[in-house]
This record gives sequence, C-alpha cells and structure tokens, in this order.
Amino acid sequence: MNKNLKFGLLAAIILGTLGWLAAGGVEQTATYYKELAELKQMGSESFDKRLRVGGDIKANSIVREGDKVHFTLIQNDLTLNVVYTGSDPLPDTFKDGSQALADGKLAADGTFHATKVQAKCASKYEAKPTGVVTRG
Amino acid sequence: MENIGALAILLAFCFAIYALLGSVIGKLTQRPFLIQSGQRAVYTVWLLVTVGAGVLIYSIMQGDYRLAYVWETSNKTMPIQYKFAAWWGGQAGSLLFWSWLLATYSAVVTFQNRRKFREMMPYVIGVMMSVQVFFLILNAFVASPFRLLVAGKGVVDLGDGQGLNPLLQYWTMVIHPPMLYLGYVGFAVPFAFAMGSLITKQPGEEWIKTTRRWTLVTWLFQSCGIVLGSAWAYAVLGWGGYWAWDPVENASLLPWITGTAFLHSVMMQEKKGMMKVWNMVLVSSTFFLCIFGTFLTRSGIVQSVHAFASSPIGQYFVWFLAIGISATVYLLLTRLEFLKSEAQLESVLSRESSFMFNNLVLLASCFSVLWGTLFPVITEFFMNEKISVDKPFFDRVNIPIALFLLLLTGIGPLIAWRRSSFDSLKRAFRWPTILGVSTAVVLMALGMRHVYALISFALCAFVTTTIATEFWKGASAIAAKSGQNLIAAMIELTHRNTRRYGGYLVHVGIVIMFIGYTGAAFNQSKTVELAQGESTQLGPYTIKVVGYEEGEESNQYRWDRVIVDLSKNGEHLSIEKPERRFFIASQTPTTDVALRRRLNEDVYINFAGTGAGNNVVMQTYIFPLVSWIWIGFLVVLFGTLVCLVPDKKKLVFPRMEVVETGVGHVKPAKV
Repeated sequence: MNKNLKFGLLAAIILGTLGWLAAGGVEQTATYYKELAELKQMGSESFDKRLRVGGDIKANSIVREGDKVHFTLIQNDLTLNVVYTGSDPLPDTFKDGSQALADGKLAADGTFHATKVQAKCASKYEAKPTGVVTRG
Repeated sequence: MENIGALAILLAFCFAIYALLGSVIGKLTQRPFLIQSGQRAVYTVWLLVTVGAGVLIYSIMQGDYRLAYVWETSNKTMPIQYKFAAWWGGQAGSLLFWSWLLATYSAVVTFQNRRKFREMMPYVIGVMMSVQVFFLILNAFVASPFRLLVAGKGVVDLGDGQGLNPLLQYWTMVIHPPMLYLGYVGFAVPFAFAMGSLITKQPGEEWIKTTRRWTLVTWLFQSCGIVLGSAWAYAVLGWGGYWAWDPVENASLLPWITGTAFLHSVMMQEKKGMMKVWNMVLVSSTFFLCIFGTFLTRSGIVQSVHAFASSPIGQYFVWFLAIGISATVYLLLTRLEFLKSEAQLESVLSRESSFMFNNLVLLASCFSVLWGTLFPVITEFFMNEKISVDKPFFDRVNIPIALFLLLLTGIGPLIAWRRSSFDSLKRAFRWPTILGVSTAVVLMALGMRHVYALISFALCAFVTTTIATEFWKGASAIAAKSGQNLIAAMIELTHRNTRRYGGYLVHVGIVIMFIGYTGAAFNQSKTVELAQGESTQLGPYTIKVVGYEEGEESNQYRWDRVIVDLSKNGEHLSIEKPERRFFIASQTPTTDVALRRRLNEDVYINFAGTGAGNNVVMQTYIFPLVSWIWIGFLVVLFGTLVCLVPDKKKLVFPRMEVVETGVGHVKPAKV
C-alpha cells in the first residue's frame, strides 16, 4: 500500500475516533443556558435537559443542611429555589447578592437540583464608588 | 504624576509607529540611517513604557487613590509584594505589563541582532512594533491605567482602595501571571522572525535556529505559568482541583499545545527540511492564540469562574486578530514556493511519521479545547441557543489523546529516521513492552480496575524504560571508551547533545506528571456536618473535630478555624486547622484549607461553613499522587534548562599530560 495512503488512513482512524468521542462528550454534557423567564415558560420539556440558569442570590436565602445547600436565585421579579447537591465545595464568592450560575436539572416540584454552582461577586472589579465616575 | 505616566505612554505610541515605519521604509528605500534610527526608536519605546510603568508602580506604592486603577487593585493594608503584584492585578495594568514585556523583548532582540540578518531584521522589528503599537493604543486610549476618579467636576481622593482580590494574595499568584505573560509575549519573537523570513523570502531555517532558545525559554515560562496556576487552584480554591477546563484556563492551554507541537516539528525542518509551511502555520497559530487568549479573558464572550471584568476592549482584539491573521495567510500563500519540502515521508514506521502523529494529535487536542470553549458562542450563532459543554467533554477527548502522546513519547526516540523494519522495532521495544505490560498485570492483580489508569501506568513504565535504555546505551559506550563510571558517562553523554538528552529528561518529567494526573482516578471525597467531638471516616483516615477558634489578623481579615485531629488506622497523625477568612476591605471570604501532602496521597480538609447550632461543615478529600505532578514539573524545568546549555564541542586535542600542578603554590584562603 502507498505510504501516504497508509499515513492518511491511520490519521483518519485517529481523528474519527476522537470525533466520535467528542460527539458523545457533547451529548453527555451539553448544558442549555436559560433565563429564569425562559425556564418558567419551558414547562415539562425542561425536566430532561441539563440546564444552566443564572441570577442573583437572594439575601438570607442560603441555608446549609448536611451536605446540601438551599438558596434562592432571583432575576427581575422571578425567583427559583435551588438545592445544591454537588460534591465540590461552593466557591468563596458564593454569598448573598452574588451573581450565580447553577447547572443541573429542574425537578417536577419546581425546585432546581444543581450539581455545580459558579458565583461571581457582583462586578467587583469595575465597580465604582457611588456617584463617582472615571475620567480619561 | 499621572500626567507624566500618560504622556510617556503616548510618546511611546508615537515612537513605536516611527520604529515600525522607519525600519520598513528604510529597508525598502535602502537608507541605512533610517533603519538605524528605527532601531534606536525601539530602545526609546522601551524607555518610555518603563517610565509609564514606573509611574504606575510608584502611584500604587504611594497609595494615590485618586487613580481609578490604584483604588481598584490596592489598599493601605496590603503588604508591599502584593502592591507590586497589583501592577498586573487588574485589566489596565496587566495590559501595560504586556506592553512593557513586549517592549523589553523587542529591545533585547534588536540589540542582540544589531549587526546580524541585515535583510530580515528591519521586518522583524516592523512586526514586533506593529504588535507594540496595538497594545499601546489600548494603554493610551482604551484602557489607560492613569484614569482619575471624579465626582461631578472635581477629582476625588478616596483615601483608601478596595485592595487586590484576596484570592490572589498568595505567593504563586504573584508570579503566575508574569510567568504566563512572559511566555505569551515571548512568542511574538519567533513569530516576528518567521514573518521577517517570509517577507524577505529566505529559503533556509535561519529564523528557526535564531529563535530556538527564545522558543524554549518562552515555552518554559508558559509551562511554569500554567503549572503555578494549577498549584494555586489546588491549594487555595478549596475544591482540591488543579484543572477545571474553565475558559480562562483553556485560553492559557491553547498556545501551549501549539507551542509544544512547534518545538517538536522544528526538528523535522532542521534535520530533514520537511514541514516548512507547517512550522510557519504553527508559530503563527501559537502567537495568535496568545492574543486570542487575552481576548477571551478580557472580553467576557464566554462565562468563566475567573471574575474578570467584561469590557468593550474585545472589539479591538477582534480587529487585531482579523488583520494579523489575514496578513499572515496572505504572506504564506504568496511564498509557498520558497517553503518546498526537501524530503518525502518514506515510511509509516519512521521517526518522521511519529513526529507527524505527535503534531496531528496535539492539534486535535488544541482544536477540541478551542471548540469546547467556544461551543456556547458557536451554538448561539447557528442555533440561537447557548449550549455549553463541561469537564466530561474535555476529559473524554483529551485523556485518550494524552495517553496516545505518552505512547509516542516512548516510541519516537527509538524509531529510526526514514524507515524502520519490524525486526529492529521488535528488538528495540522488547523490554519496554515487557515492563509496561507487567506493570499493568501487577496492578490488576492488586485489584486496580480503572482502564485508563492501567493504560496510563503501563505506558509510564514503557516510556521510562525506553528513556533509561537510551541513557544506558549511550553512557555505557562512553564509559567503555573513557573508563569513566556510568554516572559521569551519563553527564558526559548529556553534555555532548544537550538538546536530545535534555529532551529525554523533559519526557521523564512528563511521565512523572502523568503518574500524578492518573492519581485523580482514585480520588475520594466526603462532605459532612459535624458537631464538636464528632468524627468522620474517609478511607483509612479518621477526621475528628476537637475545637474551634476565631480572631482577627492585623485589620486585614477576620478568621475562624476548626481544629481537627487527623489519624490513620487509629494512629494519631497530626492536628490540622482548616480556616476561613473574611477580608474586611473587600468584604470577601476566602478559605485556607488544611493540606497534608505526602508522596502517596494528600489529605485535604476544607472548612466549608457552619450548619445548624455549632455544627461545622467539613469537606474532606483524599487525592492520591498529586505531589508527583509538582515534582514531575521540576524535572521538566530541569530538563528544559539542560536543553538550553550549549553542546560540548567535540574538539580533538593532541594528548596532553600534566607535568606539574600549581596546587602547592596556592596560598590557603583565610577562613
């Protein structure tokens, strides 16, 4: 067999395998970003998709119970009760008023079971003291 | 003060444009003095950016809280080393830092080559200065670190600042960003030489030879930066991971992967005159991925746990990337005839082919990481729905790639150039294969069932054996000839061809790191809520809560910690104190985990919070073999440094004998 053909064939096998693994990986972990409003409209089809929802953590809503953490996300006027069941500790930035992203699935009772939570202090870095703006 | 800084940056911008135009026009119109003045403008740019950076550092040190940047990234209570780190702690400052590094590199390159490469150098300077102009535009007009805080029409001095993010106040975080930046900015140099070589239609490998050390050093900086980041995440973030496939981490990994591919494929060009176009593509991809990484972290187009600000700065990067990539592609396409390969691939069983497979899978890995990182952007564009992929996706693709690369690490060095016969392969790989397979068999007999882990450990044994064989063969030949002992012969061997044997040492380091990464297959973890005096069992360890303390540290932060008694199989090991801190100025909590590092496994205890009553929530982990990652990296570091040592010249002297030594005449030094 021609060596270039051989090389090409081997390369194709490798890339094919990797492509197949990648496609499986996408299927396994694809997570849909949804706004709270969109989530409320989705109805029953939302139950079997992995979802990522974002919002602010409602003040005084964080309750720890064993290895679970309950909290409420709030966006505009909508709220969502979340229970975090993941094994990784919550980040240090996870506190009242932070922006949080929760990954998980919506249960039939309307609570969101999150397996992963990311949190960001509400735009800490570029925040300016009230009434003060920057001038170039 | 800030006016001087801003003025210096503005002047630097003008001089960079002059250096760019002066060099290129000087070359085109054959005016040596114009080229010369362009070179001097490069030094001037360095001087001016240094003044600008100096002013910024001075303002941070003095606590000039009228400046927005100083207010955002520092405060009065911060220790001096963190104040210095505030230079790159925020967006505007880190872009200035980037500019300064580039100016420094440009000045060094210009000085080193002031009498060399008359043809190419003006263009090399031109390319570097184009990049410099771009960053100076950002420094001067888009993200100036010298902006003042104003209320109404008056400037305000807030007296004290917010302080650097407490998470970043950790020694690895002080050196992690500069390391990464040194690496990323550094790739501008090989890129500039590659472009200079393309523009002037050089047929040879001059650009590769000149930039070989640059490439290695910048690669080493990148590697240090990435590993330091991992080590920091592991010790500080409280979840015990060292890699999460977060977009920002991926951004730093992408150019490292193509850089690694480049380091390997240049050997094909130097030894065989092959893959010339490919090397151009790799060096350009690496450079543009460095820029792309900055864009990704600074523009906020993908969600990241790294709380960087999103800002309109992204569009400038998009333009720069678009123009830069188009120019590179145009240059490459119009100069293809100068980059013809001098040899053909002769066999699939050859060193050449192993290099090609190495490049193929590295690029596949790079592509998968890029694809996964940009997946939300891509799906939003085509399907109008943001879909993200997660750690399992990256793991699924990249673990097999990593294992395949490990296999090639073993095969590559032993396989012959041009073509290899099955017989010679059988001879070369008999022992490595036997040792690799028996490792897997023994581990299976001991009860290990994790497939990837078994493959990984078997390959580690395989590669180690091949490298040991190489050293042993070379060294014993030298030892037989010169009568040296084997260790001395090994050092001699390495010294004769530092690139080859230094490279093997790097591979040994990578093998050790793989052993560490494989340990992750056996992680154990448990989150429990415990009352005082209660304990929990994790593997062989018993973790017992015996006390609780709280206090305050020099106005910086308040802390509380749990006192934990750690024992293994009933035998007391140590008292551990996982701690939580709350930084007052920035109102930010952080954790300080208790970490008992050992070669076989780390015990990792995080105080996650308080539950009902006086209960404490403890997160406990066992991380097997993690320390091997850090040790392996030290070996990689050492191996790379060996590669940088010049080869010992094989000079043949007429035999000389020592007639008399001067030892007797030397006065003993006073002690």
